[in-house]
Amino acid sequence: MTDLDLEVRDGVDRETIETVHAMSGTYKYGWSTEIEMDYAPKGVSEDIVRLISAKNEEPEWMLEWRLTAYRRWVQMEEPHWAMLNYPKIDYQDQYYYAKPKSMAIKPKSLDDVDPKILATYKKLGIPLKEQLILAGVEGAETMGERKVAVDAVFDSVSVGTTFKAELAKAGVIFCSISEAIKEHPELVKQYIGSVVPQSDNFFATLNSAVFSVGWFVYIPPGTRCPLELSTYFRINAENTGQFERTLIIADKGSYVSYLEGCTAPKRDTNQLHAAVVELVILEDAEVKYSTVQNWYPGDENGLGGIYNFVTKRADCRGDRAKVMWTQVETGSAITWKYPSCILRGDDSQGEFYSIAIANNAQQADTGTKMVHLGKRTKSRIVSKGISAGRAQNTYRGLVSMHPKATDSRNYTQCDSLLIGDKCGAHTVPYIEVRNNSSRVEHEATTSKVDEDQLFYCRSRGMDEEEAVALVVNGFCKEVLQALPMEFAMEAQSLVAISLEGSVG
Amino acid sequence: MAVLQSKHNTLQVRIAGLRFEPQGWLGALRADALARLTAMGMPGRRDEYWRYTNPAGLIAVDVAAVSLFDPGDEPPPFDGIDRLKIVFVDGVFDAAQSDNFALEGVQVERLAVAEQADIHWATALYGVLESRGQTPVQRPLAALNSAFATDGVLVRVTGKPSKPISLIYQHNSKTSDVVLHHCIKVESGAEVTLLENGPAAARFSHVMEVDIADGGRLHHIRAQGRAHQRQAATHLFARIGNHAAFKSFTLTANGRLTRNEAVLELLGSDSVAHIAGAALGDGDFHHDDTVFITHAGARCESRQVFKKVLKNGATGVFQGKILVKQGAQKTDGYQISQALMLDGESQFLAKPELEIYADDVKCSHGSTSGAIDETALFYLRSRGVPRRAAQSLLVLAFLAEAITEIEDEAISEDIRQRLQSWLERHEH
Repeated sequence: MTDLDLEVRDGVDRETIETVHAMSGTYKYGWSTEIEMDYAPKGVSEDIVRLISAKNEEPEWMLEWRLTAYRRWVQMEEPHWAMLNYPKIDYQDQYYYAKPKSMAIKPKSLDDVDPKILATYKKLGIPLKEQLILAGVEGAETMGERKVAVDAVFDSVSVGTTFKAELAKAGVIFCSISEAIKEHPELVKQYIGSVVPQSDNFFATLNSAVFSVGWFVYIPPGTRCPLELSTYFRINAENTGQFERTLIIADKGSYVSYLEGCTAPKRDTNQLHAAVVELVILEDAEVKYSTVQNWYPGDENGLGGIYNFVTKRADCRGDRAKVMWTQVETGSAITWKYPSCILRGDDSQGEFYSIAIANNAQQADTGTKMVHLGKRTKSRIVSKGISAGRAQNTYRGLVSMHPKATDSRNYTQCDSLLIGDKCGAHTVPYIEVRNNSSRVEHEATTSKVDEDQLFYCRSRGMDEEEAVALVVNGFCKEVLQALPMEFAMEAQSLVAISLEGSVG
Repeated sequence: MAVLQSKHNTLQVRIAGLRFEPQGWLGALRADALARLTAMGMPGRRDEYWRYTNPAGLIAVDVAAVSLFDPGDEPPPFDGIDRLKIVFVDGVFDAAQSDNFALEGVQVERLAVAEQADIHWATALYGVLESRGQTPVQRPLAALNSAFATDGVLVRVTGKPSKPISLIYQHNSKTSDVVLHHCIKVESGAEVTLLENGPAAARFSHVMEVDIADGGRLHHIRAQGRAHQRQAATHLFARIGNHAAFKSFTLTANGRLTRNEAVLELLGSDSVAHIAGAALGDGDFHHDDTVFITHAGARCESRQVFKKVLKNGATGVFQGKILVKQGAQKTDGYQISQALMLDGESQFLAKPELEIYADDVKCSHGSTSGAIDETALFYLRSRGVPRRAAQSLLVLAFLAEAITEIEDEAISEDIRQRLQSWLERHEH
């Protein structure tokens, strides 16, 4: 225990040092752990879909579901309406399944976990408390005050879930999607694809066919999830597309806050990522879904970086259901992501808070859809886009008020900040109002970093980069405040790190 | 492929009844337009900028027969204003009702007459701005107009004419299908006011290409006819030089289908482009404003102000875009689109876009929609204003921001009167 205690203090110090290092140059999380990988052959076909299903030991109905999606996907065309330019993706030149070899036989206890994986968590900044639990240290559960349940993923296999017992006591199910398919087939069968159907869009359909990892959360009626659920994703093996699928079901009157943090090691070839997240929110339930996405954005010349095509959607199925999406998007070479809310229940609410930072050659096309179907539904969109270098940043959103969504309300604010004269900031909102008792307000502004504010900061002794980071953090404040505490701090330093090299 | 094929099929159907007669200096320009049109085909519902408006009525082979509109005792627009009148009846020039074209500071010709010549100044303008306006968004209906226009005016403004030029479009035939094309060239330092009004035709295709040289100014005020069943597709293309100004206002009252497109390019620096619209619709009304403003020069200002009052299931569409090119620093772009929906059946569909590639700019857009503010209504009623009058007052106040874009007081008063009388006729 003494040794481990020392580690804790060491770890804290090291984190500070690492942040400082990160400020000065290269991508902080740009390392890769060498662990033997177990690959399926390159490319996607019905056989690969069958293989993925077999590897996950799935029942027949799940395989059929995947095959239906695959057959549909073959007939679909990749969409190109987003303001994104990227070389043609060869879908047959990707690995659709990879897992660390040391995991081929599931460890009986967490002691068997490859020490390299544990080292990876440490670099990722997974709180040491969780690391101890992952390492199977006795008594670790009682350490510390704040509780966060972590399910860490290393490429395509979920390594372990902590705090399982405490969650189980509350009746909460938090496990990998493959585990859920085996252990809770009735829930998965009922809800999977009910928010994002198999053939929803090109990327979601591909995901439906080949997903091999992801999470499943079920919060029983009237339960307030005792912990904030948190997951970490990494893409580690070269040329491995990661296709995760997450399904969260908040039953009547329940509450859960879900945190998702992403970092990825540095690679030169582009990596494909197509995730699907489905949230089902029943009567009086509330889900908060927060993301910090910091995948490798490619180098200054646009070489490498993650291609991130994500479909996230929440269905407020019951009356008074509530969802809140918060995202800080600083990484990826290409971001294509529109977390949406279907406000079906009367009096349901949807919120979307977003910071999207694009620097160097990054391109982001992101936003949200608020579909108001129920009466007196409310939605709020606050989007802050920051472009620097030669980056292009687009907000694309839809607010739709259906004829029956009477007395509904939407407020949208999209602000763009430009740093440098070679980048672009774009706003493409769609507003469709089909009844007169609803009020819809949309405003958008575009501006540059205020010279007076910069001058003031400089006169107080800050260097230019610090000053810009401070001004930008001020610009993003509304969104940062919407994040859970532990993310807010990380996000603030991320904002600064993402913009380094953009001034001067 | 299937989509393209269907676009070509609808094109063949649409132009089957039109006569293609290239001649004189215009011949080659018409042929170019036809080639552009053939490459594009007709617009369809799957086109991004037609998702909110169904072009069916505009591309059908036959014009849906309309009943002629009786304005009652209401005087025609701009009646009391001294102006040079040029009258077209169902697209055919009416010499008897028109004034003599002679006016100091401006040369006015009819397209149908001028096109017989071999050379003409409008060679550098006709179809040229329309062609530039085809990227990035295709406007096949404008290309169709350039290829098949039967008449129009060619106006060259060299000074500051003493009165406005007024184009009046009268409508007598129940099935008229009219294609008119105008070219306006405002020379350096010149200034002109252009008025347009009238229902025009059962189906009206209209293109106006405007070239404003350095220091030139154009004021354009349009009152689109009140005839309820008419359909119209209008296009305004403008190229604006240095220290120049383009100001346009459109009042649209009624109309089963109106698509007003504007493509404005600020090529010079220190210039101004303002475009405003007030639309009033009751019942079977569909009104679409599609506006693209490109800032290519530095220190330019643009304003888009569009207000729509909708009732009984009327639909209002606004698609507006501000594009700021790299190098267009110190741009000031403003865009507002608002709908006041007087009942629950109406719809407002908007897509206000910004596309910005320069950092030292100030651009904003806003879009709102909703019912009349009950608290404002309550306040007026508590001050003794009857409900109907209070409502009209609030509607006029809502539209005021668009009307103030008209600089000339007499004209703006004329427009205000028309709004007032529309509201009186369409009270609940």
